[in-house]
Amino acid sequence: MIHILASEAEQQNILRVPLDELIIGTIAFAIVFFMLAKFAFPAINKTLEERADAIEGGLKRAEDSQAEATALLDQYRAQLAEARTEAANIRAQAQAEKTAMIDAAKSEATAAAAAVTERAQAQMEAERAQALTSLRRDVSDLALTLAGKVVGETLSDDARARATVDRFITDLEAQAANK
Amino acid sequence: MSVFTAVGSVAAESCHLNGDNGCGFPAPSADIFFLEPYATLNIFGMDFTISKAVILVALVATVVIAFFMSAFRSPKLVPGKLQALGEMAYTFVRDQIAREVIGKDGDKFVPFLTSLFFFVWISNLMGVVPGAQFPIMSSLAFPVALTLIVYFTYMFLGFKHQGTKFITDAAFPPGVPKAMYVLLTPLELLQLFVTRPVTQSIRLFANMFAGHLLITTFTVGAWYLLSPSVIGILGSATSFGVTVVLTGFEMFIQGLQAFIFTLLAAVYIGGSIHGEH
Repeated sequence: MIHILASEAEQQNILRVPLDELIIGTIAFAIVFFMLAKFAFPAINKTLEERADAIEGGLKRAEDSQAEATALLDQYRAQLAEARTEAANIRAQAQAEKTAMIDAAKSEATAAAAAVTERAQAQMEAERAQALTSLRRDVSDLALTLAGKVVGETLSDDARARATVDRFITDLEAQAANK
Repeated sequence: MSVFTAVGSVAAESCHLNGDNGCGFPAPSADIFFLEPYATLNIFGMDFTISKAVILVALVATVVIAFFMSAFRSPKLVPGKLQALGEMAYTFVRDQIAREVIGKDGDKFVPFLTSLFFFVWISNLMGVVPGAQFPIMSSLAFPVALTLIVYFTYMFLGFKHQGTKFITDAAFPPGVPKAMYVLLTPLELLQLFVTRPVTQSIRLFANMFAGHLLITTFTVGAWYLLSPSVIGILGSATSFGVTVVLTGFEMFIQGLQAFIFTLLAAVYIGGSIHGEH
């Protein structure tokens, strides 16, 4: 108010730049800048960086866990698929083995049956041959005995007589075979 | 008519509309910006006048330093209220001015720009702080002091980062027809060495000067119009209302001018280190 009333005081230039105010202003700002740049801002810069790191680190960790979980899932899936393939293989193998076993058993049984048949036939053949031989001897003996009785002498031990009977029988057989 | 009597008794002593002493409106002049010296100190053979402006500058410096030092004394990852406020201030200058204007390498100028912004802003704010009520930057010496600091900073940075190309590129902008240099070169040199610092300081000074003068005019008007009549009381109330509105507007201008001053400093620094023109 005093200034307003004292407007008739000496006219001063508002654009004057007093050197003392200039120096004081410069020093005041220099002190502010020095104090803040030295004692205040480095600390907050560090904290801001740490915070950014903490946040980015958190994101990074989450990303890593995500990646790990995905990898684990893939691994499990692969294992599952592998297990399925293996089971299928085992099943197929078992199937094949079963078929093979059945085939083997079948062929074995067939072979065994064939063998039994063969043996039976061989035995029958042998028995027939034996019966034939025995019959032939009996017939020959019977014939000699009959002839001896007719002739009145024993021919049974005569080898020639037996050969004669045998030849006769063989001829009979040959005739029978030719018919 | 008791209100008028009361107003009349209050108003009787100084200049008022229809007052007894019959004086006219004592319009505030530029003289309100010439402050009474409280004392004069002689340091190294030089007289330092200690006026209200000087005391306010010291106060502003103290407030700015105290605020940031207490906010960032032991910074935590999870900030407290004061630290959060300080960080908001700091990151505002960093993101809106340094990174926006200079780019990625603007980060190392953030302390300078933050100091500048808050020094200017709080200085301006002194224009509306009750008791202070003098915008420091309306005294031309202070904007000039800051402008000179900015000026020498970007001149130094220009030569440091670009060498003499800093001047030659400014004087002879590439990609311009040779004949144009006749016109351009003096203008560009004038711009670099004179126009920039002059406009930067005058812009801040003139805004604070005009704002303060305007508020003072309406304040004085409210007092002058106060007289024992309906017209007097209405006029006084209106003038006071305008003062309040203007004070709010002035606070906006104070912040804006501090921002512009700092933004220009960043633009000039950016130009010096990047060499774009």
